[in-house]
Amino acid sequence: MTFVGWLQIAILFALVALSAPPLGAFMARVFQGERTFLHPVLLPIERTFYRVAGIDPAKGQDWRAYTIAMLLFSFIAFLVLYAMLRLQAVMPLNPAGLGPVSPDLAFNTAVSFVTNTNWQSYGGETTMSHLSQMAGLTVQNFVSAAVGIALALALTRAFAKSQSRDLGNFWVDVTRCVLYVLLPLSIVMALALVLLGVPQTLLAAAKVTTLEGAEQTLAMGPVASQLAIKQLGTNGGGFFNVNSAHPFENPNAWTNIIQTWAIIALPFALALTFGRMVGDKRQGLALAAVMAVLLSAATGAAYWAEAAGNPIVAASGIETAPGNMEGKEVRFSVASSALWAAATTGASNGSVNAMHASFTPLGGLVPLFMIQLGEVLPGGVGSGLYGIVIFAILTVFVAGLMVGRTPEYLGKKIGAKEMKLAVLAILILPVAILGFTAIAASLDVGRVGPVNAGPHGYAEILYAFSSAAGNNGSAFAGLTANTPFYNVLLGIAMLLGRFAYIIPMMAIAGAIAPKIKASPAAGTFPTHGGLFVGLVIGVIIIMGGLQFFPALALGPIVEHFMMHAGKTF
Amino acid sequence: MLEHLRPAIVLTVLFTVLTGLAYPFAITGAAQVIAPAAANGSIMERDGKPVGSELIGQAFASDRYFWPRPSAAGANGYDGASSSGSNLGPTAAKLMERIKAEAARYPGPTAVPADAVTASGSGLDPDISPANARRQAGRIAEARGMDVARVEALIEAQTQGRALGFVGEPRVNVLRINLALDAASAAP
Repeated sequence: MTFVGWLQIAILFALVALSAPPLGAFMARVFQGERTFLHPVLLPIERTFYRVAGIDPAKGQDWRAYTIAMLLFSFIAFLVLYAMLRLQAVMPLNPAGLGPVSPDLAFNTAVSFVTNTNWQSYGGETTMSHLSQMAGLTVQNFVSAAVGIALALALTRAFAKSQSRDLGNFWVDVTRCVLYVLLPLSIVMALALVLLGVPQTLLAAAKVTTLEGAEQTLAMGPVASQLAIKQLGTNGGGFFNVNSAHPFENPNAWTNIIQTWAIIALPFALALTFGRMVGDKRQGLALAAVMAVLLSAATGAAYWAEAAGNPIVAASGIETAPGNMEGKEVRFSVASSALWAAATTGASNGSVNAMHASFTPLGGLVPLFMIQLGEVLPGGVGSGLYGIVIFAILTVFVAGLMVGRTPEYLGKKIGAKEMKLAVLAILILPVAILGFTAIAASLDVGRVGPVNAGPHGYAEILYAFSSAAGNNGSAFAGLTANTPFYNVLLGIAMLLGRFAYIIPMMAIAGAIAPKIKASPAAGTFPTHGGLFVGLVIGVIIIMGGLQFFPALALGPIVEHFMMHAGKTF
Repeated sequence: MLEHLRPAIVLTVLFTVLTGLAYPFAITGAAQVIAPAAANGSIMERDGKPVGSELIGQAFASDRYFWPRPSAAGANGYDGASSSGSNLGPTAAKLMERIKAEAARYPGPTAVPADAVTASGSGLDPDISPANARRQAGRIAEARGMDVARVEALIEAQTQGRALGFVGEPRVNVLRINLALDAASAAP
C-alpha cells in the first residue's frame, strides 16, 4: 500500500462528499415538484409527456396503485426489450451484422436490464447490435434506475406524511427522475468522457494493420452515451465484454475518477434527499454515515488484500511491489481498482475496471460480501435507499426490544405487520443466493460452469447468484454463464431479488403512511446520532455475517489459507 | 389495471425515443464535432495508414519491439473485437504455469516486473510499466543494433507520469514507443 494509493481513494470520497449535498437538495426540489434552474427548458417536455400518456400529475396513488403501475411498466419494458433482442438481426443499426440473441440469453438480458442488475451473460461487442445497445439497453439503464428512485420516494413519503395513503404518483416520479436528474447528468458526463478519449460513433469497428503486419479489428460504437448512464444509474452493463476495464470504456485515470464518482454519487445524494423530504436533514446524514463507514472499511480491506498480492506468484520470482496485477490494467493502480470493486458492489452497480475473478481470495471476498450485505452501501439508485430504510426499521425494532419500548422510526410506530414484512424482504436474498447456489453446485449442468477448479470454482457460482439476486451484475467472470441453465436460473434470481423485495417493501410503505406522525418525546430513541449509526452497522453486518459466513468459508476463506500454503488447482 | 396500461405503453415509447435515440444520436453528433479523433477510436497512423489505436494494445512478438502484457482477448490475444481477461483465480495452476513461462522471456538479475507476466483485465491493455520497458531495453538494443542508452532515453521520453502527482500510474504506451523506436532506427 502506498501513500499515493490512499490519496487516490481519499480524493474520490471527498468528491462524493462535496457533491452529495447539492445533488441531494436538487433532487428533493425536483421530486417535491418545486422549480429548479432546469424547469424553463424541461417543464414543457414534462407536460407533453403527461398529456400524451394521459397522466394527471396531481393525482396521488396508494401503495397498491403505485406498485401495480411499477410492475406493469417493468413487464412492458421486459417484453419490448426481449422482442428487440430477438429481432435485432432484421432491424437497422446493426453494422457488424450480428444475429438474433438466443431465447434464453434474451430472457436473461431483458430481465437483467429491467431489474437494474445488468448482469452480462453476453459479450457486448460480439452479441449486441448498436440498436440493441442504444434503444434497448440504454433506455432500460435510464428507466430501471428511475423506477428504483421512484420506489424510494414512495417509501420516503410514507415516513414524511401523517395519516395519508398518498405515496405520490409513479408516472410523475419516473418522468421527473429521467428528465431532471438522469438525462442532464448523463449528457454532461458523456461529453466529458468523449473529450477524455471514449469513442462515440455509429461505426461498428475500425480495421487496422498492426506494426507487425497483422489485421486487427477494433470494435467500437456509441460507447460514451451508454457509459454515462451505466454508471449514474448504478446499472453497470458495459458496452464491451470486459466493461470499464476496456481501454475504450475507461481510457485513463481521469475517466476512471469520473466513473467511480458516478457509481456512488447519486446513491449517497439520495440519502440526503431522504433527510430533506422527511423534514430532518440529520436523518439522511445518519444513513449516509452508515454507508460511508462500511464502504470505507470494505475499500481498505480490498486494497490491503490486493496490495499484499499472491505469495505463490511472488515465489516464482515476480516483483511484489505493484500488488496483484492479474486482471488489472497498468493505467489504474491497485488502489483505484480496489476502490472500484468495493464501490461497484456496495452500490449495486456491477461495472468493473478489473476482473474480480482474479483478485486474491480476500480481495475477491470484499465485493462478494458487499453484495450479500444487501446492496445498501450505498446501494443502487433508489434501491439502496429503500434497502437501508428497511435496515433502519430492523434496527429500531432491535433497539426497542432492548429497552422495552414500542419501536418508532421518524415518528411512525413500527408494528408487528411492518416487522414481518421487513423480515420477509430481507430473507429473499439468502433464499435466492444460498438456495440457487446449492442447486447449481449439486447439478452437473451447474458444475460445468466454472473455469477454475477448487474453492474458486465454487466461489464463481456463489458470486453469480449473489450478483443476480442482489441485482448487482458484476461477476467472477470465469463462470460460463451463457447456457440455458444459468441464463434461466440467474434470470429468476434477478426477478426475485428485485420484485420479491419491492412488494413487501411497498406494503410496509402502505402500512406506515396512514399512521400518525408523532413528534419526538423524551423517551424516543434518536435515529440521527452515532449510537444509531453504530447499531445499523451492527445489524447489517450481523445479518450478512450470520447468513453468509458458512458459504463464504467454503469459498474465498478456505482459498486464502490454501493460497498461503502454496496449493494450486 | 387498465388505467395504468396507457401510461405504461406511452411512456415506454417516449423514453425509447428520448433516451434510446435522441440522446445517443445527439451525443454522437456533438462528439464528432468536439473530439472527432477520440470519438472514432483514437486511431494512430503512419505514412497515412492506420496502424492501430493509441488506446488498444496490439500483439508484438519480434525481439525488435517492446512486448505488451500477456493477453486473454480472443484466441491469440489482443483481439480488438473480443475483449477478455483470463479470469484465472489466485490458486489456478494454469495461472502459475503461464506466469513461469512468461517470466522465462524476461531474463535478468532482479525480480520480473509483475505486469510483464500477468494478463490485463481487458486483454487489450495498451500500456506496460516503466520497469517492464526497461527490462526489455537490452534485448531491443541488441536486435536493432542500437545503443542501449538510446533505447533507455526513448523509454524515459515515452514514460507518462502521474498527472498532478497522484492521478494515474506511470506507464509506457507500447504502440507509441514502438513507433518511436522505428522512427529512431530509421534516423541515422
